[in-house]
Amino acid sequence: MKSYPRFIDPDKCTGCGQCAQVCPVTAINEFDCGLNLRAATYIQYAQAVPLAYGIDRDSCIGCGLCEKVCLAEAVSYDQRPSKAKIDVGAVVLSPGSDAFNPAKFDNYSYLKYPNVLTSLEMERILSASGPYQGHLMRPFDREEPKKIAWLQCIGSRDMNKCDHSYCSSVCCMYSIKEAVIAKEHSNVDLNCSIFYMDMRTFGKDFEKYYERAKDEGINFIRSRVHSIDEIGDTGDLSLKYVTAGGEIIDETFDMVVLSVGLEPKESAVELANNLGIELNHNNFIKTTDRDPVNTSKEGVFVCGAFQGPKDIPQSVVEASAAAAAAGEILATVRNTDTKDVELVPELNILGEPPRIGVFVCKCGTNIAGVVDVPDVTAYAATLPYVVYTTDNLYTCSQDTQEVIAKTIREENLNRIVVASCSPKTHEPMFQDTLTSCGLNKYLFEMANIRNQCSWVHANNPPLATDKSKDLVRMAVAKVGLKEPLNEISLNVKQSAMVIGGGIAGMTSALGLARQGFKTHLIEKSPQLGGQANNLFKTAKGELVQDLLADMIENVKKEENIELHLDTEVTGVEGFVGNFTSKLLTGGEESEIEHGVATVAIGGFEYQPTEYQYGNDPRIVTSLELDKKLIADDPIFKEIQTAVFIQCVGSREPDRPYCSRICCSHSVEAALEIKEKNPDANVFILNRDIRTYGEREEMYKRAREAGVLFIRYTVDQKPEVVIEDGKVIVKTFDEILGRPLEIETDLLSLATAVLPNNDVELAQFFKVAMNEDGFFVEKHAKLGPSEFATDGVFLCGLAHFPKSIDESIAQGQAAASRAVTLLAQGTVKTSGEVASINPMLCSSCGICVAVCPYSAPNFLEEGRFAGKSEINPVMCKGCGICVSSCRSGAISLKGFDNEQILAMISAA
Amino acid sequence: MTEKYEPKILAFLCNWCAYAGADLAGVSRFQYPPTLRVIRTMCSGRVDPLYVIEGFKSGYDAVFVSG
Repeated sequence: MKSYPRFIDPDKCTGCGQCAQVCPVTAINEFDCGLNLRAATYIQYAQAVPLAYGIDRDSCIGCGLCEKVCLAEAVSYDQRPSKAKIDVGAVVLSPGSDAFNPAKFDNYSYLKYPNVLTSLEMERILSASGPYQGHLMRPFDREEPKKIAWLQCIGSRDMNKCDHSYCSSVCCMYSIKEAVIAKEHSNVDLNCSIFYMDMRTFGKDFEKYYERAKDEGINFIRSRVHSIDEIGDTGDLSLKYVTAGGEIIDETFDMVVLSVGLEPKESAVELANNLGIELNHNNFIKTTDRDPVNTSKEGVFVCGAFQGPKDIPQSVVEASAAAAAAGEILATVRNTDTKDVELVPELNILGEPPRIGVFVCKCGTNIAGVVDVPDVTAYAATLPYVVYTTDNLYTCSQDTQEVIAKTIREENLNRIVVASCSPKTHEPMFQDTLTSCGLNKYLFEMANIRNQCSWVHANNPPLATDKSKDLVRMAVAKVGLKEPLNEISLNVKQSAMVIGGGIAGMTSALGLARQGFKTHLIEKSPQLGGQANNLFKTAKGELVQDLLADMIENVKKEENIELHLDTEVTGVEGFVGNFTSKLLTGGEESEIEHGVATVAIGGFEYQPTEYQYGNDPRIVTSLELDKKLIADDPIFKEIQTAVFIQCVGSREPDRPYCSRICCSHSVEAALEIKEKNPDANVFILNRDIRTYGEREEMYKRAREAGVLFIRYTVDQKPEVVIEDGKVIVKTFDEILGRPLEIETDLLSLATAVLPNNDVELAQFFKVAMNEDGFFVEKHAKLGPSEFATDGVFLCGLAHFPKSIDESIAQGQAAASRAVTLLAQGTVKTSGEVASINPMLCSSCGICVAVCPYSAPNFLEEGRFAGKSEINPVMCKGCGICVSSCRSGAISLKGFDNEQILAMISAA
Repeated sequence: MTEKYEPKILAFLCNWCAYAGADLAGVSRFQYPPTLRVIRTMCSGRVDPLYVIEGFKSGYDAVFVSG
C-alpha cells in the first residue's frame, strides 16, 4: 500500500481554512470541473471527510505562507510517500468509474463551444456549493439560460467512434433530475429538452419521476442530434436533428448538456491487471450472474461501477454484498483483532447543584479573528451556575482534552459547555473526554460559534460577538437542566429468520449461516426456488435451473440453516435482537426465537386480461415462454413468426412502474428463438427498450440477428385478434407511418412483476409498503436492503423487480446488514430517547401512528394495559411523538420541553 | 431608526439536514445577517407549536422551522 503525502497532517488540521486564504496560488478546481479556481492549499469539497486540507504540490510555489499561519502546526512540506504492508484475509475493489470524456470526438463540440457542457459540469453549476452557488448561469457570458438541451448516450450505446457499446444505466435518470432542478433554479420559465433514444427509467419509483417531469413541461424528443453549431459569437447553439416522422429541425438552445456515460478508470484497470484479475471486453471486472461480486481471484471481491455501470442504490447493495462475501471467509477470525475500551466508573452527581464549566474555543483565528473570545469567556463567567471558564487555542486538540479532564476533576464540574464548532462533527469526541473522567456524557452541550457564527458573520465582529454570547447563554441554560442518562445494553439473539425461499431468501440465509449464525429459512410452498423455478437463462446466459439446483443443494447441506417448508409466519413479537415468531407448518404451530429477520417474500407474474390472453394456446406470458424454453419445446423449430409485446401491465396509469427485467428477458428469449430457428421472424413491440448496463450488448446482438423492434405508444397500443384460427397482431409503426399486421405462431406477453402484497406480514414487523405494494426500504439510495425498523432486512422482488444477479446481490446485502447487528452481540440504546408517563397517556394512539421506527406500542397487560409505551431500543430520539402527544404524556430526554423552553427564553 | 431593519429570527433546525446545511453554509463562508439564533432538534417534527409562540413572546420577529 502506498500513501501519497497531503503535506498537511489530517490529525492536526482543524479545517479552519486559514492556509487556503493566504495561499497566493490560483489553480484549477478539478472538483468543479474547471469552472472555478482554488488555492494550492485546498479541500476538495466542503462536505469532505475528514475536513482536512491538503497541498497540491504541482501548483504550490513553496512560499511557506500556509506553514506560517497554521496555528495547529499541521503543515509539513517534507512529507514523502509512505509504504505500508497490511495482512488481510480478503480484498474488496471499489474504485468506481470515470465519466466519459467527450473532448475526444469533435462532433460533440465540447471544447469548441463554451456553452456545451458535460452533465458533471451541470451538476456543479446546479450545486449550492458549486462555482455559481447554485445560480443557473451559462459559462460563456454568465447569462441565465432560457433554453437547455440534454443529449443522451454520449459515449454510451454508440460504437461509431470507438466509444462504448454498453448503456451506462444512470444518465437518463440524472438528466431528468438535472432538468427538473434546473427548472426549479431558474427565474424564467426554463425550456428543457432531453434528446434520447430510449428513456431508461427502470429503477424503483423512477418511472413516476419521468411522468412527473413530463407533467412539469420537460420535452422528451426521441432523436439523436447530429450536429451542434455555435451561432455567430452569441454563444447560442444550433442543434440539427430529425424527428421520428422524418422532419429535419434546426433549433436554437442557450446551453447544451452532454449526458456522458461511465467508463472504467485507467488506474482501476491497471490495479486489476496487477492483481491478476480478469476483466471483460469493456474493461469491467468479469463476474458471473451466480456470484455477482466475486472476481476471478479467490478472496478478491468487487462492488460498484467497476463491476458494471450502475446507480447508487445498486452500488450500495453490491457494497454490502461484497462485505458479506468477504465476511464468509473471515467469519472464524471475527473479533480476534479488537481491543476493549477501559471504562471509568461514573460519578454520581444526583442532587448536586449544577457546576458548569465553559470552554470557549478560538479555533486558531477562525473564531478569535471575528469574535472577541476573551469577552465571550468573561461573559460566560457571569451566567448562573457557571463556576469555571477558560478559552483555548484549539479546544479539540488532544492536549486540551487532557486539560479539560483535569479541570473537571479539580473544579468538580458536573456540566460542560464547549463553545466552538459543530456538535455534528465534534460532540462525540468531547463526550469521550467527559466519559474518560467519569462524567456522564449527556451532561454536555455545544454552542456553535464557528460554523454558524464567526464564519458566516466575518464582516460584523461586534454582532458576531453578541451572537456568540447569546449562543453560549442558550447552551448554559440548557446544560443546567441536563441529567445523566443511561444507555441500556441488550443481548442480540444469535439467530436469524429469513422469510421466503426464493433466490434472494436462500442467498440471504446462506450468507447468514456461512457467517456462523443459526438461520431459520421459511418457505410457504413445499419447494424452494420461488420464481426462479420458471426461468430459463440469466442475462449473461447462465442456466437458471443449474444455478438453482446448486443453491438448493447448498441450503440443504448447510448445517446452520433450519429449513421450514410449507410454513407460514402467523405472528411476530419483540423487537431488534429479541424476536419471537409463530410458525404454522401443515397445521402444526411452533415458535422460534431470532435476533434479526429478513423479508424476501418475492413477487409473481401479472396475469394479463389484455391481448386475448387465455383465448389461444399460442398466446403466452414471459414465464410460460421460459417453461417452453426449459423443456426445449419442439414448437421453436416449427414457428415462422414470434411476436413479443412489452410493458403488459407495467407503465400503465394504474401500475405506473417499469418492471425492469422484461425488456432484457424478451430480448434474450428472442435471441434464443433466433438461435433455434434462424429463419423465424421475430418482432418485439415496445415503448422503450430498457436493456440497461451491459445488457445493451444483448439488444445489439438481437438486432444483428435480425430481430425487429417496433415501437408503439401507450395511447396507441397493439391489438390482438384471433381470426380463422390465426393470431394476428395489429400495430402502428411510427417510423413507417403506417399500420402493420403480423400473423404470428407465438405471442409472448412481457407481463409486469407484481409484489406478494402481504399486508399481515408488514404489520407484524411494522414496516411500510408503497402504493404499488413493494416494501419501502430504509433509504432509497443508502439503505436499500433494510427497513427503517431496526433488525428487519429486505431483499429480492419484494423490494422491487430485479434480475437474478441483482436478487443474489441483495440477498447477500441483507445478510451483511443483519450480520453487523448479530456480530456485535448487543444493541445499545441511546440515552436520548422518549418515554411515556402512563398516568397521563390517554391511549389516543397518535404516537403509535406517527413514529417512523415503530417504537411506541400499546401495553397489553398489567396495570397500564391500553396505555402506550415506548421501546427505548427502537426509539431514535426524533421527538415527533413528543410534539404530537395531546396529553403531554411523552418526554424526550436530552431535548425535553423544559430544556428547549429554557433555550428559547435565554435566546 | 437609521439602520436597515433586520428581523430577529429564531430557528429550529433538524440535526440531520437543516442544521448540517447551516454548518455547510459556514464551511462555504456564505455570509448572512447575524440576527439568527439556532436551536438544534433531532427532527423538525420535535418542534411543538408552543415553541413558536414562546419564540414570539421572547421578542423574535420571526420563527423559522426547517427540516
